[in-house]
Amino acid sequence: MASTAPYRARNFALEIVALVAAIVFIFPIYLLVTISLKERSTWSRNPMSPPLEPYWGNFQEAWKQAYLSDALLSSIVVVTLSLIILVTVGAFGAYFLARCRPRMGYVLYIFFLLAMILPFQLGLLPLYQLMRDVQLLGTPFSLVIFYCGYQLPFTIFLYTGYIRALPRAYDEAAKIDGATDMQTFLHVIFPMIRPVTGTVIILNCVFIWNDFMTPLLYLQGSRWATIPVAVAAFVDQEITDWGIVFAALLIGIAPVMALFAVLQRRMMEGFAGGLKA
Amino acid sequence: MRDEGPGLAAPPLWRRFLDWGGVNYLFILPAVAIYVGVILTPIIMGTGYAFTDWDGLRQTINYNGLSNFYRMFGDEQVRSAIGTTLIIAFSLVVVKVAFGLVLALLVDSNLKSRNWLRLVFFMPVVLTPIIVSYLWKYIFSNNGTLNTLLKMVGLDPLRWLGDPTLALVSVIIVTSWQSVGLSMVIFLAGLQAIPPELDEAATIDGANPLQRIWHVTLPMLAPAMTICVVIALIQGLRFFDQIYALTRGGPGYATETLSTMIYRISFQFGEFSYGAAVALVFSLIVAVIVLPVMQFLRSREFAHG
Repeated sequence: MASTAPYRARNFALEIVALVAAIVFIFPIYLLVTISLKERSTWSRNPMSPPLEPYWGNFQEAWKQAYLSDALLSSIVVVTLSLIILVTVGAFGAYFLARCRPRMGYVLYIFFLLAMILPFQLGLLPLYQLMRDVQLLGTPFSLVIFYCGYQLPFTIFLYTGYIRALPRAYDEAAKIDGATDMQTFLHVIFPMIRPVTGTVIILNCVFIWNDFMTPLLYLQGSRWATIPVAVAAFVDQEITDWGIVFAALLIGIAPVMALFAVLQRRMMEGFAGGLKA
Repeated sequence: MRDEGPGLAAPPLWRRFLDWGGVNYLFILPAVAIYVGVILTPIIMGTGYAFTDWDGLRQTINYNGLSNFYRMFGDEQVRSAIGTTLIIAFSLVVVKVAFGLVLALLVDSNLKSRNWLRLVFFMPVVLTPIIVSYLWKYIFSNNGTLNTLLKMVGLDPLRWLGDPTLALVSVIIVTSWQSVGLSMVIFLAGLQAIPPELDEAATIDGANPLQRIWHVTLPMLAPAMTICVVIALIQGLRFFDQIYALTRGGPGYATETLSTMIYRISFQFGEFSYGAAVALVFSLIVAVIVLPVMQFLRSREFAHG
């Protein structure tokens, strides 16, 4: 509904107010960058001034002391494996759901919807214990299994909504030409659902990368701690030198910030539309 | 397409019941298997544990009926955690809806900086909550940014994370800061879907800007409102990371929520079954709050067409 009214003095005043609000809003991020670039003696005297002579030592210290290279690798492994499984299993399942009979589809839909209402805390404890029994605690696989389960209903809803809107004529034409279900899916359906695959990947990637509670339970103390767990563990013991702490925090959010820098619009649309599912 | 032609005999009833449509069952099988194994089974097990005395390690499990629940209702800390969780959840709903709406209207206007403003207000949404919370921990600390600013304008510094009420406010500030951008983009998508003719018609009929927002824009935003409220509620009820980083439930138990409580009981105190009982009650609370709210908001959506 972007208004087409002419730009007046009142708009200019509003613009100034909005920009001031935005500057206040973004100030914590400015602080994060500024302090991470200052030595202890500098930030403790003068935390808010811009770092005219940036000091990069904090980043080296944080990288080494917080074991961030291991954590980065672990996070990437967990996110990548989870995404591959989620996209495959989710798209397959959604194709079935979108093309089965309305009443059956509804039953299955409710079945999966249950998971979004049922409390994940209730399952967290027994799942933890199951993982312990099969010796998966402390390995990235425990997390991959967890995310594949917990992000699956949401992924299936996104895909099903999209596939339902595709005309059946496409897959029926392929079937008449003698294609199997698998061929139809791979060559007809999957290419058409690329946009929603993008949304699925973006949203799940951000959720999984940012999640803290589950990796805290499953991976704490192991060498597979993900970025949020490694950063938290480091910060809790090193809370005195905020310069190094902030460097660790900044390294921790750098990957998502980079992703956001590249995909700004796409990400905002994904969050605005995708969470409706 | 799949209606039987007149010349064909209808297949027997059981065949029709099993025939779910055009696609091979194998397509849904992995999804169902993962869902049953990773979500459904643990939830059923968790429900079962709530009625036992199991500590998570021992070999023997004894059924002990409702005693975990009796204990919970006498547990001062659990009651306080329920209260705190509800306060946080409802504050978040109000703050996120109000500010999200204002921001959405702002960045939907003809401001020249609207695209920049959208980016700035949305960015915190994608950042890792636990990391952002540590950043705010510095801002709230005794010699941190907020107190420095207070001193600059001649006010007394505050114990942002040390005072029970302020600590709760601080936690709500951090979460609102981080997630108001999500409400903003959801409302923005809703605003952009409103046909401009509606607004123009109201203008011609002599409605002032506030009347237009109240009588045209807000009713048309009902679906976006549903999503925002439900997401904010669920997020508020499940709150964990921010409290872990900022206060660890303190001072005292002032910011202990049900999530942090369950974590503490089950994994730090090792009382698995008691934790499961609290989790079960927690889930019921979430369902009892979220489902009727969803129902109510949906009914308003349809009322406005």
